[in-house]
Amino acid sequence: MNAVDLLFWLFAVLSVGGGLFMVFSRHPVSAAMFMIVSLVGVAALFVLLESFFLAILQVLVYAGAVMVLFLFIIMLLDVGPEAGKRKLSHFKTGIFGILATFLLVGILLILGNSYDSLALDQSIWPELSESKDGGASQGLPFSTKVSSFGYGLMTKYMLPIQVSGFMLLAAMVGVIILSKKTPAREDVK
Amino acid sequence: MMEWMPQGLWFEVCLKVFFAFMMVGAVMTMAGYSVLAERKVSAWMQGRVGPNRTVLPFVEYIPILGPILQKLGMFQPLADGLKFLFKEEIVPGHVNKFYYYLAPLIALVPALTTMTVLPFGQLYWDDGTVSTLALADLEVGILFVFAVSSLGVYGIALAGWSSNSKYSFLGGIRSSAQMISYELAMGLSLLPVFLWVCAPGSSESGLSLSAIANSQSGGAWLFLVQPLSALIFLIALFAETNRLPFDMPESETDLVGGFHTEYGSFKFGIFFVAEYAHIVIGSAIFTVLFLGGWHFLPFIEDPWPANWIGSLLGVGWFLAKTIFLIFFFIWVRWTLPRFRYDQVMNLGWSKLLPLALVNLIVYLLIVTVIDQNAAANL
Repeated sequence: MNAVDLLFWLFAVLSVGGGLFMVFSRHPVSAAMFMIVSLVGVAALFVLLESFFLAILQVLVYAGAVMVLFLFIIMLLDVGPEAGKRKLSHFKTGIFGILATFLLVGILLILGNSYDSLALDQSIWPELSESKDGGASQGLPFSTKVSSFGYGLMTKYMLPIQVSGFMLLAAMVGVIILSKKTPAREDVK
Repeated sequence: MMEWMPQGLWFEVCLKVFFAFMMVGAVMTMAGYSVLAERKVSAWMQGRVGPNRTVLPFVEYIPILGPILQKLGMFQPLADGLKFLFKEEIVPGHVNKFYYYLAPLIALVPALTTMTVLPFGQLYWDDGTVSTLALADLEVGILFVFAVSSLGVYGIALAGWSSNSKYSFLGGIRSSAQMISYELAMGLSLLPVFLWVCAPGSSESGLSLSAIANSQSGGAWLFLVQPLSALIFLIALFAETNRLPFDMPESETDLVGGFHTEYGSFKFGIFFVAEYAHIVIGSAIFTVLFLGGWHFLPFIEDPWPANWIGSLLGVGWFLAKTIFLIFFFIWVRWTLPRFRYDQVMNLGWSKLLPLALVNLIVYLLIVTVIDQNAAANL
């Protein structure tokens, strides 16, 4: 066990534990804070993979922007620990619980079946250090540099980025239409 | 223990920790003396004297130097810090204790973490190679700064919420809304800068801070090339550091003390230091991006020799520029009145953001035209 493995376990525990505490904490503000811990833990795991760009985007977008808005809404609505208890019948909770359990078992089964083949078959996931040409033979040089992310986005993944950009634009227009107050007829006069 | 960490790595880690302590010490000292500068400059602008009494017992008997240091108030930051430490700790009964204690820490940690990627000079080796002086010269430096400083909102939002008081809450909400609004304009204002430096044909491709500083060596400083970007970045920097004219979170006239109304003694001191650390690091980043970093004046090659003297002079020159910018922050604070909250939001969303977008598009076109011409001439 070397230092990197130790760090991996530290941040893995941090991200998974943060996620668990997020689900189980009663107070919405605590839940939001634990989610931030979990997201920062995942960002640290990206750093261990030497993918600084992804790690920083994780912190910038999720921990820095999305969660701030979550916290904002929780604080503005003044949601207390009791808010989640209303309106939840035992029947619905039970059904969703069973569905979630099935999903979890399914994921674990698939992971368990494929783990050996994925871990041992180096031809599927070659080690980062072993791909000497850096994936250049596949037409898309692999590196963790920012420029290679940009290159990939602007060439191979041009259509997906345009589609997602269009979807974000549609969402933005929708928000503006929904939140803009149209003056009542009397006010116009 | 030694098994999982080779001998050389231990040394390297210890060295890094030592450098980190040095850097924290330097920035904290600068933050402390910025407070003194704030008081002295405000006194000067208002025709007062400012702090001129505090002195250590033995220093005042030093012949000429002693009285000068006393008149300059050089020991005032020490006295202020000790005052914060020894004041009675008062925790109001109506607060959420855990988050009330956590908030100052969350405010301070991002303010100090951004300094890890801050380059502040160059080291000339004997064999002619040059390396950047920074704790970690990341390729994604500027994004790191944005990411970490965006976490600083949590400290203020949590402080406002956990204090369980209307003034604090309004201050916290105002400040987080303001910081989120100005982050957009700030990020967009820097895109043209990196487009310009990393334009096709240049050797740079990345978001590294040291590359930006080095690209201004012997050429034009970037605030001459991109004045609009520099202006938008500077305004957004004022808003992000919550300085007047943007100090919505603690507008004394309508919110008592804003988000730290319920805080006292050392916890208030931590918020205070975090604010000034933000100013110090913000000034340093503006220096690196737009004022040539550690390089001499625009269009003039560095006059200092390429050895350790040159390194020291470069770092000193960088510090001088940073200190001037800190002075600029203070200067603006005591010159302009505070904006109203709706004016701040209006400026951010309907003036700076469109301006930054137009700026980006104009520079995109310019870079494209230059690139096309270069391709046609090949």
